[in-house]
Amino acid sequence: MSIRLEHLNYIYSPNTAYEKHALKDICLEIPDGEFVGVIGHTGSGKSTLIQHFNGLIKATDGKLFYNGENIYEPGYNMKNLRNEVGLVFQYPEHQLFEIDVMSDVCFGPKNQGLSPEECEKRALEALRLVGLKEKYYKASPFELSGGQKRRAAIAGVLAMRPKVLVLDEPTAGLDPKGRDDILDQVAYLHKQTGMTVILVSHSMEDIARYADRIIVMNHGEVMYNDKPKNVFAHYRELEKAGLAAPQVTYIMHDLKERGIPVDIDVTTVSEAADEILRALGMETSENADVKGDGTPDADAMGDDTSDEGATGDGTSDADAAAVGRTSGADTADSKNLEKKR
Amino acid sequence: MIRDITIGQYYPAKSILHRLDPRVKLVSTLLYLVSLFLFRSIAGYLVATLFLIGIIRLSRVPFGYIVKGLKPVIMLLMITVVFNLFLKKEGEVLVHIWRLSITTAGLRNAVYMAVRLIYLIIGSSLMTFTTTPNELTDGIEALLNPLNKICVPVHEVAMMMSIALRFIPILLEETDKIMKAQQARGADFESGNIIQRAKAMIPILVPLFVSAFRRAYDLAMAMEARCYRGGEGRTKMKPLRYKGRDRAAYVMIAVYVAAVVAIGRYVPLKIWIF
Repeated sequence: MSIRLEHLNYIYSPNTAYEKHALKDICLEIPDGEFVGVIGHTGSGKSTLIQHFNGLIKATDGKLFYNGENIYEPGYNMKNLRNEVGLVFQYPEHQLFEIDVMSDVCFGPKNQGLSPEECEKRALEALRLVGLKEKYYKASPFELSGGQKRRAAIAGVLAMRPKVLVLDEPTAGLDPKGRDDILDQVAYLHKQTGMTVILVSHSMEDIARYADRIIVMNHGEVMYNDKPKNVFAHYRELEKAGLAAPQVTYIMHDLKERGIPVDIDVTTVSEAADEILRALGMETSENADVKGDGTPDADAMGDDTSDEGATGDGTSDADAAAVGRTSGADTADSKNLEKKR
Repeated sequence: MIRDITIGQYYPAKSILHRLDPRVKLVSTLLYLVSLFLFRSIAGYLVATLFLIGIIRLSRVPFGYIVKGLKPVIMLLMITVVFNLFLKKEGEVLVHIWRLSITTAGLRNAVYMAVRLIYLIIGSSLMTFTTTPNELTDGIEALLNPLNKICVPVHEVAMMMSIALRFIPILLEETDKIMKAQQARGADFESGNIIQRAKAMIPILVPLFVSAFRRAYDLAMAMEARCYRGGEGRTKMKPLRYKGRDRAAYVMIAVYVAAVVAIGRYVPLKIWIF
């Protein structure tokens, strides 16, 4: 059970002045149950790539296997593929059309040929999953706010109970809270149902927080396809492709340059906080000189280091101190990192 | 699939036709279209064909791309051909099937009408292929300017046209996107009878209208924010000015019209029934 792409090429409007080689020789495999992030600059081919996954775009050349079957074989059941691979487009709220939210969410299941009762059951389940309040179920989708419309539209795809969920920039144009809510819900779904999630995003932070693996697209080619920390290690190359590593990567690299022995592989804010505290904890007990050099950075990390330090210095056991700080300072430290941005 | 509609679209290329003043192209296209109806002999068609081939070569638009623009009008062509073929009862009978018969006059008319229609469409799409929507409206506005004196809001009409033209590709793209989004939710536009198919259009049309209105509001807002207030006293950054090549083009189209009329009427060329 997986999606596998072999030497996939896609050319827009071939043999005209608008010809564009959007995907070049893509080879990928996305196993079941993985949370994959797809990232790339505007026009790098992300959206084109994901529209291949459910057969909306037919590759100019190459093969795409879903569960071992080439979907470009004549007679392949495309309808079934679209039932199993749910695709949420960018600005999905633009696809809403029914008189109320409930009927709109039912559109997908209805097309699957389910009974009205089953449609409704699935729609309710999907609407609950995306966290849309019950009072909106019978409202016109055009009366909802932007974030609510987005949820309703995502529910429209979830109601089909896809095995693979592809989201194209689901958080574009949402406020930070709306963004976190939607991504948290997607992550929850992933954990709960074990569905494969393919998340396209501009934001390295979002991708770093959730994805098991990152595919970086650049000019229609796969630039990197690896674990987040391995991808972010190439942060200078990412910059050249018009992207950036998460802020924490830069902070960790800076810290390391200034002589604090942190592990530069961490990718999320909370991991970074733990790592910095671990590194500082080691220093206080083992090497006072290094700490002197690193003081400006340590100050930048915030007051909580010194607050915690009071207890830390009191105990001679370095490991215990480090553990104590890690758990205690976690939230405060991440806040400080946030400030530092 | 929807991107394949090429009629009325601009095709970017570097050619003498692309550089011509839009007024020249508008007037020439009009003259060419009229000229197609000013002769009845095959000699005239030969001249018109040669002229069209010359223009296509000059425009540097690929021939295949032009032919693709004919796709949407194939139905119309077929109907014209069939009606002309079977309903004209003059001349000698060539074929007789059941109660229908094809006469020489019918065949001649059918072929001529088909050729005329095709040339008409190619001729006018060559203008849109080589002229950006903005140039086109500038040209129309300049040509219709005398009508301002009889209280026709020429600028407003031209602005509406240019907005409409500009929105064709945007709405096509939007339609494509919405179609895909609904297909991803299992919508099926290709099977079923005509009523089912019409019903299947609702999930496309509603979002499309909603988005067209949204875009219209946004555009109106953006225009007002930049102090747009109609054509009165409005100047242009690039006013249209005739150059040497534009005058040459006028001379050429005049020569062509004269030639096609003269040859089409007075050169007695006859091949079979044509």
